[in-house]
Amino acid sequence: MTVTEGTELPPLTIEATPTFVVSTALATRDFQDVHHDRDAAVARGSKDIFLNILTDTGLVQRFVSAWAGPEALIRSIKIRLGVPCYAYDTLTFTGRVVSREGNDVVVSVSGVDSLGEHVAGTVEVTLP
Amino acid sequence: MTIEEAAAEIAARGECSPRLARDPVNQAMVNNWVEAIGDGNPVYTDPEFAAQSVHKGLVAPPAMAQVWTMGGLNSPRGTDDPLGLMMELLDEAGFTSVVATNSEQTYHRYLRPGEQVEARTALESVVGPKKTALGEGWFVTTRVRWYVEDEAVAEMMFRVLKFRPPAPKPPPAPVLRPVTSKDTEFFWDGLKEGELRIQRWGETLRHPPGPMPPDGSLDTKPDYVVASGRGTVFSYVVHHHPPVPGKELPFVVALVELEEGVRVMAELLDAAPEEVHIGLPVVAAFVRVDDELTLPAWKVAR
Repeated sequence: MTVTEGTELPPLTIEATPTFVVSTALATRDFQDVHHDRDAAVARGSKDIFLNILTDTGLVQRFVSAWAGPEALIRSIKIRLGVPCYAYDTLTFTGRVVSREGNDVVVSVSGVDSLGEHVAGTVEVTLP
Repeated sequence: MTIEEAAAEIAARGECSPRLARDPVNQAMVNNWVEAIGDGNPVYTDPEFAAQSVHKGLVAPPAMAQVWTMGGLNSPRGTDDPLGLMMELLDEAGFTSVVATNSEQTYHRYLRPGEQVEARTALESVVGPKKTALGEGWFVTTRVRWYVEDEAVAEMMFRVLKFRPPAPKPPPAPVLRPVTSKDTEFFWDGLKEGELRIQRWGETLRHPPGPMPPDGSLDTKPDYVVASGRGTVFSYVVHHHPPVPGKELPFVVALVELEEGVRVMAELLDAAPEEVHIGLPVVAAFVRVDDELTLPAWKVAR
């Protein structure tokens, strides 16, 4: 694989089913009610339960390391959340290399759902 | 003390006492995490692959850094935890909802099973109140450092929006219901059938319906005709105030001259106030409220 500035990552699509939202919240030890209790989420002004930020960090890591290979080293994951990702939505990740110095690569990542950009960020990764 | 003053005081204390992870880094939690997230990297789960890899053994996903020291279901935050203190302050001020907005994690090295992590948190800034799409709220930024013994292994800037959810909209008030009588019953019955019925005394049409013909005769009996529903705006008002139960303001009430020659008043449903004018062609419409009541209305003939 030739990796240079501008190299696009293969997109990743995630179906954010209620099971996905709840199981990732629990696997990240995040018991905030808005991630598993629809009534509570609605009462707090949301449309439905929604993904938690620890899951977004995890998904961004999965997206980049699936491309960079199992022995790439993730150095940092910086994300900014936009619109929520509610249960039953679909999240599509795209990314591209924004810089490369030696084996150190910076990748920009964007995850978009039906409401708009859910997560935007950058990942620093050292390729093997 | 204002929220800003309280925040400054908490920030000045620096890192709080460490929160120790409930469990050491362990395979069970890693397995749950990679399964839920769908991360198939074998360095987290396949001992043979991991032993041959750059890591020389199993490691935990770096994105799990924060997971190890999450509070969990029942354990309270430390009494000096700055994020917990700010959440309490903002809860009391009515900003009861929270969403995370930014997470910037830096991993100094990967963690290995058996390592015991602790987190130390400091308050970096509290900014607000800001108007956001979710409601008015405050951005609370903390910095967390994770240590194994005294070695810093990862750190994170974490920002949440603590906001006041907008009040839910009140349910729409029920509409005003007309009084019906023996003389007007046919009119309201007609609306339920989708007919605009006009009272007829012999050759004379009369609306609104009444107990007597226009000539005052005591001998004639009324019946009715079904109007075509076509007419033109004879006069109208735009109602801005006061509020009317069941109506969104402003709305237009039009007196329409039907082609049968009588005038009937009802709401004009689908025209903006500025596009209504005398002579505007309209057709009758029927607004079903419930089994008992259908109201007359107009729509622009398009």
